[in-house]
Amino acid sequence: MKIIKSLTIIVLAFSFASFARANNFEQAVQGLLENSNKKKAAAVEQLAKVDDPRSLPTLKAMLDAKLYYKKDDKSLVIITDLEEGATVHNLMSQSDESISDKRAVSKVRINNKLRRLLRSSIAVLELSSGDMAIRLESAKNLAKNPSADMRDVLIIALEKESSSKIAGFLSLSLGLIDLENEDPAVRRKAVDYLSGSVEPQAIGALKALTAKDKDGNYLEQDKELAAYAAKVFKRVDTKMQLFKTSENMLFGLSLGSVLLLAAIGLAITFGVMGVINMAHGEMIMLGAYTTFTVQQLMPELIGASLFVAIPVAFIVAAAVGVLMERLIIRHLYGRPLDTLLATFGVSLILQQAIRQIYGANSVSVISPPWISGLWEVNGALALTYNRIYILLFAMLVLGLLALLLKKTLVGLQMRAVTQNRPMANSMGIRAGWVDAMTFGLGSGIAGIAGVALSQIASVSPNLGQTYIVDSFMVVVFGGVGNIMGTFIGAMTLGVINKFLEPQVGAVIGKIIVLVFIILFIQWRPRGLFALKGRFVED
Amino acid sequence: MNQLLKKTGIALGAAALAFSAFVAQAADTIKVGVLHSQSGPLAISETTLKDTVLMLIEAQNAKGGVLGKKLEAVVVDPGDQNADWSKFGVKARELIEKEKVDVIFGCWTSVSRKFTLPVVEELNGLLFYPVQYEGEESSKNIFYTGAAPNQQAIPAVDYLMEEEGVNRWVLEGTDYVYPQTTNKILEAYLISKGVKPADISVNYTPFSFSDWTTRVSEIKKFGSAGKKTAVVSTINGDANVPFYKELGNQGISAEDIPVVAFSVGEEELKGFDTAPLVGHLAAWNYFQSAEAKANDEFIATWKAYAKKNGIKGPYVTNDPMEATYIGFGAWVKAAEKAKSTEVDKVRAAMYGIKVPNLTGGTAEVLANHHFTKPVLIGEIQADGQFEIVSQTEEVPGDAWTDHLPESAVVVSDWQNPKVNCGNYNTKTKKCSGQNF
Amino acid sequence: MNLLQQTFIYKALQNDIFGRYVLSFVIIIGTVIPLLNVFAPEGSMFDITTFTMTLMGKILCFAILALALDLVWGYCGILSLGHGAFFSLGGYAMGMYLMRQIGDRGVYGNPELPDFMVFLNWDALPWYWYGFDSFGFALLMVFLAPGILAFVFGWMAFRSRVTGVYFSIITQALTFALMQAFFMNKLGFGGNNGLTDFKDILGFNIQSDETRSVLVFTAALVLCITYFVCKYIVSSKFGKVLVSIRDAESRTRFLGYRVEHYKLLVFTFSAIVAGVAGAIYVPLVGAANPSEFSPINSIGIVIWVALGGRGTLYGAIIGALVIGYAKSYFTTSFPDLWLYILGGLFVLTTMYLPEGIAGRLEQLRQKRNGSKNDPSTPAKNAELEVAK
Repeated sequence: MKIIKSLTIIVLAFSFASFARANNFEQAVQGLLENSNKKKAAAVEQLAKVDDPRSLPTLKAMLDAKLYYKKDDKSLVIITDLEEGATVHNLMSQSDESISDKRAVSKVRINNKLRRLLRSSIAVLELSSGDMAIRLESAKNLAKNPSADMRDVLIIALEKESSSKIAGFLSLSLGLIDLENEDPAVRRKAVDYLSGSVEPQAIGALKALTAKDKDGNYLEQDKELAAYAAKVFKRVDTKMQLFKTSENMLFGLSLGSVLLLAAIGLAITFGVMGVINMAHGEMIMLGAYTTFTVQQLMPELIGASLFVAIPVAFIVAAAVGVLMERLIIRHLYGRPLDTLLATFGVSLILQQAIRQIYGANSVSVISPPWISGLWEVNGALALTYNRIYILLFAMLVLGLLALLLKKTLVGLQMRAVTQNRPMANSMGIRAGWVDAMTFGLGSGIAGIAGVALSQIASVSPNLGQTYIVDSFMVVVFGGVGNIMGTFIGAMTLGVINKFLEPQVGAVIGKIIVLVFIILFIQWRPRGLFALKGRFVED
Repeated sequence: MNQLLKKTGIALGAAALAFSAFVAQAADTIKVGVLHSQSGPLAISETTLKDTVLMLIEAQNAKGGVLGKKLEAVVVDPGDQNADWSKFGVKARELIEKEKVDVIFGCWTSVSRKFTLPVVEELNGLLFYPVQYEGEESSKNIFYTGAAPNQQAIPAVDYLMEEEGVNRWVLEGTDYVYPQTTNKILEAYLISKGVKPADISVNYTPFSFSDWTTRVSEIKKFGSAGKKTAVVSTINGDANVPFYKELGNQGISAEDIPVVAFSVGEEELKGFDTAPLVGHLAAWNYFQSAEAKANDEFIATWKAYAKKNGIKGPYVTNDPMEATYIGFGAWVKAAEKAKSTEVDKVRAAMYGIKVPNLTGGTAEVLANHHFTKPVLIGEIQADGQFEIVSQTEEVPGDAWTDHLPESAVVVSDWQNPKVNCGNYNTKTKKCSGQNF
Repeated sequence: MNLLQQTFIYKALQNDIFGRYVLSFVIIIGTVIPLLNVFAPEGSMFDITTFTMTLMGKILCFAILALALDLVWGYCGILSLGHGAFFSLGGYAMGMYLMRQIGDRGVYGNPELPDFMVFLNWDALPWYWYGFDSFGFALLMVFLAPGILAFVFGWMAFRSRVTGVYFSIITQALTFALMQAFFMNKLGFGGNNGLTDFKDILGFNIQSDETRSVLVFTAALVLCITYFVCKYIVSSKFGKVLVSIRDAESRTRFLGYRVEHYKLLVFTFSAIVAGVAGAIYVPLVGAANPSEFSPINSIGIVIWVALGGRGTLYGAIIGALVIGYAKSYFTTSFPDLWLYILGGLFVLTTMYLPEGIAGRLEQLRQKRNGSKNDPSTPAKNAELEVAK
């Protein structure tokens, strides 16, 4: 790892000042045109050493698979979208130009080994960046594969670092490197470095250090160090247990929000109207397929597609719901078991229709960039953004729905009709119309749920089937006719499930939850929050 | 009651009459059965294979058919919405008993094959099975044109060990026979290579599993213990989409923890958002990106055929298609060698037949009803294709793995008259189970 | 003759014209088809393929299952969406016996363990597989496994007065949970593959036409017996109480009947019948599969009964025969259309034919006879159950 050393010298000499230009950038990149990955790797190492402003963009473009070379003059170009007439950036002439023929360029292909090399080379180069976010990213990347050659760079960077978070990653890397040292003092210091971190690498290293054999003796030669590490580990471990519990809680709430979204439409159609809508899952599926269709129609605007899909999905699912209510369910009021069967028939028809239009396999719904990624509190506690958005989205939908039911005229009419139909009728409310609207609302919300669920589940004609049993469980558990009950029910089941999963596995966890609900219903046949009053007796 | 009896009798008689008239058609064609689902959960993967067989038949007929007779495809649909796999057995029986086909190309999952096996053995049919599977089987009446575990799983693990220096493993699979068996073989193999049991984590999830948060976060933690970690995925179908999505979202890239999949090919990638998957691996015996003249021709023929028949694009080719191609080629060659399409004669002629594969090599039919196949490792690219990073010589398929004590002693040899069975125990010197 | 008239069977059929027709048809299927399959020369116009015969046998099993559901739903108003679970449990019990019969003829030749356990590295037979070597024990379990599950489940549910759709939903949860469990390879029931590769039953080769013929005949016989037992139940005082529970549960309770006891008894009996159907079905198809537990299958049974006519026993049989055959025909000839047809049947039956085919037949007959005094059609009252 000569690069690092020489780089260190450069860093020391110029203290992040502008580098003197060596003119061998052109020479270094020649290796990138080779087919052999070994030669490419050598070229990358050289490129990282070459002090040229084009090096970093070249390495980054290579990592992002945007680096091409022109077949005629072998010059490197950066291409974001490969299509006829696209503007490309030529690295040799440092100017923009356009290409006329797709076949005139060829991609600089990379594999995982090269990717790793590129990432750490870029990380080293960017460790001195003025942008804190970039520095953090670099420090994180370095901590993934620290090597002894980086030690000097890390020490310099650590001294200069003002952000404690970045410093944490730097000392983590240092600790991991120094643990391999021969000097016991350095190693003890390394344990100190690691003690501040809850990153899995640090935990792993401490665990390895404190591992014992069958007789309870440390495997580590340096018994004193092992004992010290054990003390440190005990402290960290308590912290870890806390984080583990928080993480399960977070995962549980996340699962709960998915269940809530799936069940909330049902809470209206089943809970408020008393209609067993077995096609509820298919409304969710329609919403998900609407998202897919919207993305197909506006491929340029994937980022905004979800915002478009939400109202469209609502309208599509609500329309199907209203149609169902007018044509079928209306004739079956007062016969819940028959409604169950008829709506099940509708669900089969909807599934088959979607299967014939879109095919039986799952379709690819693209996640917009802003929804991808991870919210990382620290190495032990993190939740992906899509789950966070779904959690927030579920709350929002729940809030709006509660508002609609409690505070608006439509909501008032809905409640009036469900509570006493003849009376509501005689007060001038068109009960039939309200029924249709209520059912449409429930279905529409299921459609919206479909948009959200398309971001985490695979979108296939069977999507609805996977949620229907869960949705019913949530509504029945929470208490029929009670939106708040649905909320509590969903969250409780989600959390129980996620605390069980690491212990017994996903399947048994799920079975336990199902059995729990079956038993719970025996104890409280009307669910967690049972409605009281005459309505209940129906 | 008498009336009813009479009426039923008449109805039954009429039905039987119509039926026998139907059977009595003159047979101047060779009937080829196609047993791939066109409805139900497996339809999309299998429909392509049905079309592949039809395309091959069309091409063969254009060349004058087999033994001077035209081939005639008899397509049945064993698919079922409720995943009732027994329909494969029912339909296979229909193909052989009713349609009198000479050969069947079909099946997808191991379950579907397990249902077809007793039927083809009982009625002495001939099935070509084009999918990679868990091995531990060798029926007299089935040729396995897909990969056995030693032609896919083990070379893939070898690649990761040698090229990426992986020494900590997550074996993640869907809970059914193929992953269970494959993982068991891999576990035994890894331990024999000096991997500590503590460095192997095995987990199974159900079909269509979608909530991967907890599991992926566990994998992430498992993979951060200072050793290079890889995931060997035998996750099937639907569950892959949320799995890879969760990997991407939790920031696990291919350089950190590479995932090598045995059930994800070009066809499956069509349903994926491939951007976050770049660099993850798959092991097959064929990739569309393989550079060979035969492959270019095959792809061109397929695209033309698909367009002509109104099959929805994008058109990709994949490993089971190649396996179908090899199986079909071998059957044609054997039939011509035997100068007959009778099952027993074709079977006897099959052994030792060599046909070109699509990656520039040759597939040879072995006495254990498996084929020689090269193993290719590919990295997923953003365009849904694979970049081939490693390719071996042809490996002979092994019906009974050497890495499990129970089956290491079992061999299959249908050519050697002294053995002549699919499960000869070299210790007890006896064949066991199945028809022999 | 006089003696014959004294028997229950004669009495039961005396007023049951359609029941007579249906049963005659069942007997014809159950005897003629197997006989033709075995004895008619191959290729002759009377030859029935094994394919057709197996199909008929399967449909007969479905008819038994439909009877079981009709008894609880049509006569007692309990809509179980989990009867597929009892059917499958019975099937698995029989399947376990058939697995044990394989002995050392499995591919690994292990006399102690079934193949799937050998390649999953199990070193001993799990305790719940003990005893299944004996046909008698397996038969006992065919009764007990679904029976005990239904008894425990029903005891809890009925005691807490879980009724109507709530009951339907938790029975669905029950079969869903069981499906998840049986799909697990860890559980020791063969996971996704289920139990398969059977060799013989009671020493007879399970794949031979003769054995299958006997199985088809058995299915028809069991169907007839079940019919008479059900007939006996519904025409007894016990049956009258069931109907009154269906039509007015609270009123029946106030009259002093222990409603939950009646419900529990009929539910358990029905589950056992479903289990028996499964036990004949499994050797016929040659496998016990966990997907039989899927909630959709259980709902499928409901549509047989609904189409045939809930609350009439022969109606349930008609429904199972018609849909069973239609399914086989359409999934072969028009696979894309089948789900539309099935879905349409659900919708149209509930909307326009709530009494099912049987109800329509009775109407026609009454119109022809001009009389309305047939007590055997309580179907119309099915709707009342809701209005209680």
